[in-house]
Amino acid sequence: MLDSLLSLGGLVLLRDSVEWEGRSLLKALVKKSALCGEQVHILGCEVSEEEFREGFDSDINNRLVYHDFFRDPLNWSKTEEALPGGPLGALRAICKRTDPGPVTIALDSLSWLLLHLPCTTLCQALHAVSHQDSCPGDSSPVGKVSVLGLLHEELHGPGPVGALSSLAQTEVTLGGTKGQASAHILCRRPRQRPTDQTQWFSILPDFSLDLQEGPSVESQPCSDPHIPPVDPTTHLTFNLHLSKKEREARDSLILPFQFSSEKQQALLRPRPGQATSHIFYEPDAYDDLDQEDPDDDLDI
Amino acid sequence: MFVELNNLLNTTPDRAEQGKLTLLCDAKTDGSFLVHHFLSFYLKANCKVCFVALFQSFSHYNIVGQKLGVNLTVARERGQLVFLEGLKSAVDVFFQTQEEPHPLQFLREANAGNLKPLFEFVREALKPVDGGEARWTYPVLLVDDLSVLLSLGVGAVAVLDFIHYCRATVCWELKGNMVILVHDSGDVEDEENDILLNGVSHQSHLILRAEGLATGFCRDVHGQLRILWRRPSQPTAQRDQSLTYQYKIQDKSVSFFAKGMSPAVL
Repeated sequence: MLDSLLSLGGLVLLRDSVEWEGRSLLKALVKKSALCGEQVHILGCEVSEEEFREGFDSDINNRLVYHDFFRDPLNWSKTEEALPGGPLGALRAICKRTDPGPVTIALDSLSWLLLHLPCTTLCQALHAVSHQDSCPGDSSPVGKVSVLGLLHEELHGPGPVGALSSLAQTEVTLGGTKGQASAHILCRRPRQRPTDQTQWFSILPDFSLDLQEGPSVESQPCSDPHIPPVDPTTHLTFNLHLSKKEREARDSLILPFQFSSEKQQALLRPRPGQATSHIFYEPDAYDDLDQEDPDDDLDI
Repeated sequence: MFVELNNLLNTTPDRAEQGKLTLLCDAKTDGSFLVHHFLSFYLKANCKVCFVALFQSFSHYNIVGQKLGVNLTVARERGQLVFLEGLKSAVDVFFQTQEEPHPLQFLREANAGNLKPLFEFVREALKPVDGGEARWTYPVLLVDDLSVLLSLGVGAVAVLDFIHYCRATVCWELKGNMVILVHDSGDVEDEENDILLNGVSHQSHLILRAEGLATGFCRDVHGQLRILWRRPSQPTAQRDQSLTYQYKIQDKSVSFFAKGMSPAVL
């Protein structure tokens, strides 16, 4: 699943966090599409071109077109190389390409764009780019366009993240346990139920993707295999289970609140002498008994 | 410079990695001992240091520096240390008559726009001088602390842009290092500070997070330090991505020990 993310086209959202960084997965996916012979454009706003290209061999680097928005994105240094139109201008320029064939655009990162551009403008631009191939009025035959967007989740509120995720064909949320990275993939295909899946992976130093078995369920609670699991039921001062004899004795016992027919009969049967009992009451001489208020002497 | 911390981070002044951004972060405790560590570390490594000190005065850092074996006054006179004393120069903004903008120019602006003048100050300070390259090994930018800028009315995105440009210049162009302190407001919901902290976290290579103990104040354990290396996830480096130690700050050093292993307990 993780290795066929880009086959669907459209926008693929990579949601990473401080603890589980997603740039190496982005680079692994970029490498994969470059190996498939696709043209790969990178909008780099967060790392330098050298840092992004590091680890790729020259064959792959030749296929990458790096649009550098790292060095001087706001034109503070006033270098002549400042690209006109900003990152979105570059994005539109990529769309106006003439050569057919599939294209992958990697946005590193969407977070930077989202902090500097209005959310609606960015969403419209992304929609225009990722749905370009399905435009009916377009005469030029263009191939599939995949957009890979790296999003640092913690930097944005639920609004912009929700808007982007509704735009995305596939969402990959990175996480993991105990140094083992995992990717939760939510995939929406048109006219189909969305599918979700979790895959464990690691990125090799040459940025190829290594899919792995997840940590097995039994080994999860016990981090160190050398320590045998401690059985909490040993050395108890009481029994957790009953023997057959004890169980029988327990079952035959009638509890005091259980109502049986014998008990009912015993209660209903009038006892001898019950009808003849009387209460004798003789007031004292000084008792001041008020008939209307018998509790008068209680002084409430 | 605390030798024990160097051992934990597996570094010494002679062989420190270059082009890295280190984020210092403190939550419910005071993480300034980390700033003092890195200040003395880089001065001993013979680096050209630009220190943007918005939190304390020069004499404060100087006194602590002397305890750790570095003399900031001498370093400043030699030209090794460029010290921007935020507390003092904030006043200069109002009384200066110079043409060129003051590093803290944003204080005068009604709607604090960007920190370009501050960035230009940093770039000027760390710019390699002709003939002077051989004297210092590599440039280092230290900021204590970035959260003060938010309190002075600068937006989080503007501060992130400042860090971005510093990173492009110091870490990438000049192959130097950056060390930045950001407070973690923790339970208090401070949206701007959260954006700043997470934004810098995503750009940094190493995060040192000093936290107060969850159980409250303790005489023998002053807090815990979490070390998070943000390197690409490689199968070989799986286990030691994040480490947690407890520490006790002493007069001239800091001792680190594993959780629950304080000498006072054992």
